[in-house]
Amino acid sequence: MTFLSNVAGLWNYWAVITLMMIGLYIMISRGNLVKKLMGMNIFQVSVIMLYVSMGKVAGGTPPILIEGAEDVAYSNPLPHVLMLTAIVVGVATTAVGLALVVRVKEAYGTVEEDEVVAIDQATDREEAAAARAAEAAHGEGA
Amino acid sequence: MSEHFPALQVLLPVLTAPLCLLLRHPTLVRVLSLAVTVGCLGISLALMEQAREVGTVVYEFGNWPRPLGIEYAVDTTNAFVLVIVSMIAAVVLPIGCRNSQVPEGREYLFYSAFLLCFGGLLGVAITGDVFNIFVFLEISSLATYILIAMGRDRRAIMAAYSYLIVGTIGATFLLIGIGLLYQMTGTLNIADLAVRLEDVKETRTVIVAFAFAMVGISIKLAVLPLHHWLPNAYTHAPPVVSAFLSATATKVAYYLMLRFIYTILGAGFVFDVLQFDVILTPLSLAAMFIGSLAAIYQTDFKRLLAYSSIAQIGYMTLGLSLNSELGAAAGIVHLFNHALMKGGLFLVAGCVLLRVGSTAIVDMRGLGSRMPLTASALVIAGLGMIGVPGTVGFVSKWALVSAALDQQAWQITVLILLSSLLALVYVWRLIEVMYLTEAPEGAERREAPPLYLIPTWILVLASVYFGFNTESTLGVARAAAHQLLGGAG
Repeated sequence: MTFLSNVAGLWNYWAVITLMMIGLYIMISRGNLVKKLMGMNIFQVSVIMLYVSMGKVAGGTPPILIEGAEDVAYSNPLPHVLMLTAIVVGVATTAVGLALVVRVKEAYGTVEEDEVVAIDQATDREEAAAARAAEAAHGEGA
Repeated sequence: MSEHFPALQVLLPVLTAPLCLLLRHPTLVRVLSLAVTVGCLGISLALMEQAREVGTVVYEFGNWPRPLGIEYAVDTTNAFVLVIVSMIAAVVLPIGCRNSQVPEGREYLFYSAFLLCFGGLLGVAITGDVFNIFVFLEISSLATYILIAMGRDRRAIMAAYSYLIVGTIGATFLLIGIGLLYQMTGTLNIADLAVRLEDVKETRTVIVAFAFAMVGISIKLAVLPLHHWLPNAYTHAPPVVSAFLSATATKVAYYLMLRFIYTILGAGFVFDVLQFDVILTPLSLAAMFIGSLAAIYQTDFKRLLAYSSIAQIGYMTLGLSLNSELGAAAGIVHLFNHALMKGGLFLVAGCVLLRVGSTAIVDMRGLGSRMPLTASALVIAGLGMIGVPGTVGFVSKWALVSAALDQQAWQITVLILLSSLLALVYVWRLIEVMYLTEAPEGAERREAPPLYLIPTWILVLASVYFGFNTESTLGVARAAAHQLLGGAG
């Protein structure tokens, strides 16, 4: 196994891994909630590529039955069918995610994660302060 | 009829969900979904009977034999999980979507999402096809995100969004793992995978597949370093949803972990070759302590329960990591016992939220006199969390400790007992606030409505009943573990 055959022979996996890492990196690093979802899409697409490329049989034709012909190598159609389902799942997840982002925008007035987190932390702090105040007031009364 | 039970188990809730969307009538939808969950409970109990008789109930869709067709395979382990999921659903569903943001007249949306989540979880547990597991996992997860976002607080939306991102990564990792297993074996059927993997187990592809699948499942199960989504999701979701999810969603993920380790890859490969327990044992122990310690310092009752869930998940994975029949049985029986206790506690939180208007612990002062029934339910379920004899918590701890002692793992035994003391601290804190401090002035003395109290007490009383009648739960769990490990050798 030379370096060249690793790169050239496994190029589909390199493409998959590159896309996967791009997607994951976007999901982790971007603060914009919509961009995160787009990163998630890229991530999911990379898995679709992984499945579709593993269905390819070397020298195989598309899996449509050729009548009369024997000794024909067909590519495996099952991964493609599985990925139809995965695409549907991906679309549904994106739709739910975007709907949540719309509600985040309505509730917080922003779709930047750091701003939302700052608002949430402020709320948490207020609640904790209120709890401490209530406890202190109770302690004096008792 | 009864031979179609495996299909009906999943089809009933999944088909009723769109029906609820069409019907829209609040009472009608409510009665219908309640009927479906009770029906599913009956079916799962019947399946349990069948599975205990014949070993594994196999249902082939369209009579296509495996590995061509998709099959549902029910053995004792997943029959037990099915019973847990449908029992909790039937108990909590009557409460409906009170305490949530669902506007008047739109309740049917809640029931639709609930039934989809319920059907998805049942599907994950029942199916004998790994790709099917992914699809059902996503069905239940998508419904879960919607249910969590129904919380009263706007933080619920953000909690749902974070869970969506993390949950999707988890499910996609599982999908990658499944894909790599398929690449090595050319099959998606669980029983078939187990056979065909024998020859190719020690290849790098299978090891990578195992790693992807385990990380994916661990995210859904909230194993310690991957638990970050859980506290926010459980804290801000409506109490009914928290009760349902804490009692079922993580349980189904735990079942998946058992299935992947024992049935598909085999304990010998996972624990002896890959030494998975070297990772899982410290993480479980850390979860037990960090979860309980974090719970002690919470100011919100629901968040306290969420952190305690992380600790309890630690007990379950610890049972798994002991890699013995006793250990697996301890994990499986704790699924049931924790579902009763934590479901009951989250419903208590629902009662408190309804009458007091918040679940801050400081607002629960004097609850013992203000809401005696609610407070006493909390005490009994809380004693279960500590593991007091006579409650289900004791049964779990007993099973886990005897599994650890069986392997002469003294350190682990001591750590289990020490972490129980931490549970004592956070439960005592609640008891102190409820009984030993006076109610704030002008506080209403009003018990929660029966609609809330009855399901709460059903779970709490069941947690005492099964604390004494251990044969039905521990016996089934042992049989399940025996079958699970026996098949894998």
